[in-house]
Amino acid sequence: MFKDPMANPFYPYGGAYNLPYDVSYKLWEIIGGLIAWLINLVFPGNGVSEWLISPEPSNAFALIIFMLIIFIVVFVCTLLSLWMERKVLGRIMDRRGTMIGLKGFLQCVADGLKTFMKENTIPKKIDKMTYMWTLSLIIGASVLIACMIPLSPRWFVVDYGTGLLIIMAIFALAPFFILVSGWAQNNKYSLIGGMRAAELMISYEVPILILIATTCLLAGSFNIGDIVNAQFGSTWFIIPQIVGFITFIFCATAEAERVPFDIAEAEAELVEGWQTEYAGMKWGLIMLAEYFRGYVSCAMVVIMYLGGWLIPFAPAEINGWAPEIVFLLKAWFVFFIMIVLRGALARVRTDQIVNIGWKVFMPLSVINLAIVLLLKIGGIY
Amino acid sequence: MADERKLECACGAAPMDTDKMWVIMGPQHPFSHGLWTLKAQIDGEIVTDAEPIIGYLHRGWEKECENRTYPKIIPMADRLCYAASMTYTHLYCMTVEKALGIDVPEKAKYIRMVADEICRIQSHLMWLAAVGTDLGNLTVFLWAMREREFFMDLNLRLCGARMTTNFPRIGGVRNDTTELFDRDVLRCVERFEKAIWDVIALVDDSSIFLSRMKGTGYLTREQCVNLGITGPAMRGNGVDFDIRRDDPYDNYDKVDFEVPVLKDGDSYSRYMVRIEEMFQSCKIIKQAMRKVAALGKNAPYRLKVPSRVPAGRAFMRMEDPRGESLMYLVSDGTDKPYRLKVRSPIFVNVSASKPLVQGSRIADVPVIMAMIDMCLGETDR
Repeated sequence: MFKDPMANPFYPYGGAYNLPYDVSYKLWEIIGGLIAWLINLVFPGNGVSEWLISPEPSNAFALIIFMLIIFIVVFVCTLLSLWMERKVLGRIMDRRGTMIGLKGFLQCVADGLKTFMKENTIPKKIDKMTYMWTLSLIIGASVLIACMIPLSPRWFVVDYGTGLLIIMAIFALAPFFILVSGWAQNNKYSLIGGMRAAELMISYEVPILILIATTCLLAGSFNIGDIVNAQFGSTWFIIPQIVGFITFIFCATAEAERVPFDIAEAEAELVEGWQTEYAGMKWGLIMLAEYFRGYVSCAMVVIMYLGGWLIPFAPAEINGWAPEIVFLLKAWFVFFIMIVLRGALARVRTDQIVNIGWKVFMPLSVINLAIVLLLKIGGIY
Repeated sequence: MADERKLECACGAAPMDTDKMWVIMGPQHPFSHGLWTLKAQIDGEIVTDAEPIIGYLHRGWEKECENRTYPKIIPMADRLCYAASMTYTHLYCMTVEKALGIDVPEKAKYIRMVADEICRIQSHLMWLAAVGTDLGNLTVFLWAMREREFFMDLNLRLCGARMTTNFPRIGGVRNDTTELFDRDVLRCVERFEKAIWDVIALVDDSSIFLSRMKGTGYLTREQCVNLGITGPAMRGNGVDFDIRRDDPYDNYDKVDFEVPVLKDGDSYSRYMVRIEEMFQSCKIIKQAMRKVAALGKNAPYRLKVPSRVPAGRAFMRMEDPRGESLMYLVSDGTDKPYRLKVRSPIFVNVSASKPLVQGSRIADVPVIMAMIDMCLGETDR
């Protein structure tokens, strides 16, 4: 119908080409066309089959398929990072990691099924409303940001002018829900865990925002595409911002609540922290949400410092090649660093994380800002 | 007291009531290695009071011994401590030998010493693994357990069993060292002396591990002596006492080794004492194996002993991996003991949990208590 997707009058992205939307529109052309043809076979000449392939409903159905495609891709990426964590961590610890199916990848599926089959216990003396709502909000917020990360200039959901800020805002929501959820569970471990999540947040949130502001200052935009393009124009931002890069990796580890900053669920003293009372599939989804957040943290590092979807040391003509895969490979590389950190480090204490946040990360991020300001004034970037 | 707990509000609103909270850690809690409970009263994150509760594993060991003949108690003594089974069997045999008034052959003494030190290394490695999980790092756990496997295999070569060995006998040991054992023991020890540096480097080179262990769980020398703490926990507090050196049993006076003592009195010094003890054990094993080889293959290793012990009392003490363990035997001239009393080091050491954890943060409680090296089999008996 529309050979060029841009020619579609209902195309939602204006002048920008969007690959998943294009794919989903073409998919709907096949699926919808098939359904319309089948209906037409039974009731020849009816209005429904014509309506199904007319532009308005086609675009609506294409949007639904578009959402599914985006989610499935992010979901598989997250499962892959989960699998990678198990294998790499296994090798670090001198064992094999998971071994079932496709080099252990199907273990994720088996675990998902197992948690799904488990009994869905809900404790009696809890604030049930808050208990369930905070859970769904934590998971929902995590999935939302994971889906909002663009993989390339042609793979995005919304092309915001303030993309990085929106992602950070949603990212920072989860600790509040954790705090409320810890209170709602009527469990001492959960309560302490929730309080710790808040304590953790106040220690990393300010440095992380300064670092993001620095990158945006360097790129001159909050838009993710513009940030990556700015790195294409000059060098990757890791070079002027090496201090910021190192600080941001640790802040991102804290943001994803991974070792060494997983104090909110410290299993040694708090059983499972704020997750103690969540059983069965609820817990499984929380774990999945955590890996979504880990994936987002890595993607942020890649966007802000490692040149997004650009291939390193490549001439301009091949630099647009398979940008999604390049982006994901870089994200997994950052995740690999996080896994090694998890294998090598112990959990820090609550007072230590506040100390590190305000006495180490904060000055480092300000130093990074000063360096960038000097470079900017000196006209080098 | 009540007035102290009121937080003053700057805005002039009604003061807010705060309360201390009792957190029950155990008996099913990841921090308690075994079945015991630590009730901790916390004020925010800081522990203000603590109370250990033990006795979940009480199985009437001492009473059961009164209904068994002397040789039948040997396998039961194995079950006192699963991490270092040979030490308690050894202690029991020594107590009965003292009541009988016999002196075991030289070779048996050396073999027992080797077995003891292997068990000491095993036990310390298991403790190191537990410290790893309490600090939130599984790599230390798995690496230490990997090293422990070699010593389990040594046990297998020596007496055919890995954990509960049933090896020492009243009047000697069950069998001479096998050829495979002679071959493997030096190889294993020399390998261990190099390989353990992996784990030590992982812990000691990481400032997070150090900051978690240094300056927590302070105990002064006086407190240590007043509470009756023994073993590495005591030597980490600057008390220079080791039964192997100061009141030698078997042939410990004929081998050359040092007793590590550190004066800091915090968790880290207890950790260092245990690490150093493993190296000293290696030294003892090497010397004792040389002595065994010098005695030749045909040297006697076991005496025939009468089944009835003359009426009387005897006690014997020895340096357990965890401290000073003591057995007190009252015999009435039959083939069964009239009374057999066990002094377990951990039963006494755990009473120090209140002064140890008081004032520290709840995140440090697992680490501090790990330095006591809980073993519930011998504590509850």
